[in-house]
Amino acid sequence: MEVLLSIAIGVLTACGVFLILRARTFPVLLGLTLLSYAVNLFLFASGRLRVDAPPLIRAGASYADPLPQALVLTAIVIGFGMTAYLAILALRGLSESGADHVDTDQDE
Amino acid sequence: MNAHAPILPILIPLAAALLQMASGRLPFQRLVGLLATGLLVLLTGWLTLLADDGVLRVYALGDWPPPFAIVLVVDRLAAAMTLLTAVLGFLVLLYASAGFDREGMHFHPLFQFQLLGLLGAFLTGDLFNLFVFFEIMLLASYVLLAHGGGLTRTRAGITYVVLNLIGSALFLIALGLLYGTLGTLNLADVARALTQPGYNQALVRLSLALMIVVFALKAGLLPLSFWLPHTYTAAGAPVAALFAIMTKVGIVAILRLQAIALAPVMPDLLANWLTTLALATIVFAALGALAAVRLRALAAWLVLLSAGTLLLTPAQASVEVSAAALYYLVQSTLAGAAFFLLSGIIAEQRGKVADHFMTGPPLQAAWLKIAFLIVATTAAALPPFSGFVGKLMLLSSLREVAAGPVIWTVVLGSGFIVMAALARDGCYLIWKHKGAARPLAVEPVGWQRTTALLLLVAAGPLLALLARPLSDYSGRAAAQLHTPGAYVTGVLGAGAAKSIDHEARQ
Repeated sequence: MEVLLSIAIGVLTACGVFLILRARTFPVLLGLTLLSYAVNLFLFASGRLRVDAPPLIRAGASYADPLPQALVLTAIVIGFGMTAYLAILALRGLSESGADHVDTDQDE
Repeated sequence: MNAHAPILPILIPLAAALLQMASGRLPFQRLVGLLATGLLVLLTGWLTLLADDGVLRVYALGDWPPPFAIVLVVDRLAAAMTLLTAVLGFLVLLYASAGFDREGMHFHPLFQFQLLGLLGAFLTGDLFNLFVFFEIMLLASYVLLAHGGGLTRTRAGITYVVLNLIGSALFLIALGLLYGTLGTLNLADVARALTQPGYNQALVRLSLALMIVVFALKAGLLPLSFWLPHTYTAAGAPVAALFAIMTKVGIVAILRLQAIALAPVMPDLLANWLTTLALATIVFAALGALAAVRLRALAAWLVLLSAGTLLLTPAQASVEVSAAALYYLVQSTLAGAAFFLLSGIIAEQRGKVADHFMTGPPLQAAWLKIAFLIVATTAAALPPFSGFVGKLMLLSSLREVAAGPVIWTVVLGSGFIVMAALARDGCYLIWKHKGAARPLAVEPVGWQRTTALLLLVAAGPLLALLARPLSDYSGRAAAQLHTPGAYVTGVLGAGAAKSIDHEARQ
């Protein structure tokens, strides 16, 4: 499972970084989304991977670390809000200038 | 009351923002905002006096024992930074209440959220919580940057948001690495765990270095600072004035992380590269100031210059240098904010020419010229104002360090360039008019903006007059900052910190 997860994180990060380096806002937005998926998975893995273990401490039972799960929830909410705002901002830039270039000095 | 004092600077702007969102009427929002920030100034002033007894005030949210709880920690540094934020916030809000807040929606709640993020980031003692407060601050700043609309602001906004989202991703990776290796994110507990053997040295170093990179992005260290002049120039005058303190959040975070976690165990992490890059930032900002074509851009480059100067200090890890840095930080923030507010009024009085350095109509109000003279003298670090005192303290504290001669050369050289730029640009704004041009008939400045600007301008002479008590306070704050053992004991309780003081002494 560790191998699978690390491959997933690696592929997501690589695609995200590739897309962020594009010159238009839409691919950049997608890239940021992929990157935040990768980051969320990574955060989740920082509490070690455990199967069949609830994040509750009970006598004798094995349990998963609940803290990274709380961290991931926070990170997901924040990342989601930020990405939504960026989408609106990019749309506004598109309607105001007619182009969706990220580079601000494109045609001024 | 005293026990709950550390959380109040966070609760007040939160309550104010919620109240303001409940009613959309502008006069009500202005009243609530000004009352709340006024209260914040009094409260943080009291906190600053209270913190001067040297006791670490730890507030555990939900009363869970640290390191499980998120803690807020008030020491002298945190208290002084909250006071600076509150004072700046109050004056900027007073200025914005004269009509700037009418240019777009929801200015007031967003302003309070921005203050909430700033104050929280200074107060928190938990690294993940620091991330959350950073995001609150950034989210509010994204919208405030776009306040007033226009293509330039939208475009500057896109770059700014994308960069900071990447910064947030890096921050989260760093936090994940740190939690995965040390099993804690409480700063004091991290400092304690770092002194224990048995963790993966390489991963921890990587994680802390990533965190420094994120803070450097906020602070505007050179390869990560190209966004800063552009963004600050595009923002409205009051928004840019409030942003003047945002670079300082990154710098204070680096200072604190360095003093508490890095200095005892891995003092080499910041060595060499940070000072070199800070020097490069100073040169870059000075050249940018020389090339600026309008007053607001000049002010943005000066903010970058002061950030670069401050970034010289964390790598030195010395009490004297940090003490000088704190005084410099306070005065440069206020001078930068004054510059932005001034540029807003000057732009209005010169009609089409705005604040561009071109021949234009003369200014209507003569006191603006004097105000410009005082702010420019402060920013150029010429005597007798606070800029001079700050730079003098900083340079004399940096005399002893290894890179001292280089630092002196670069800082003094860049000061000369800035002085030349300010002298040249001041001529355009104050003296050069077409023939017998008359001042344009524009609305009078109004008492709110006059008061806000005059108080910020007066900070230059005032901080110079109060240099002794202020530098004494920053000396005590720096001394407290550089005793990581006391910080760890204060947060985690006695017994946890014995090893760290031992390491720090070696």
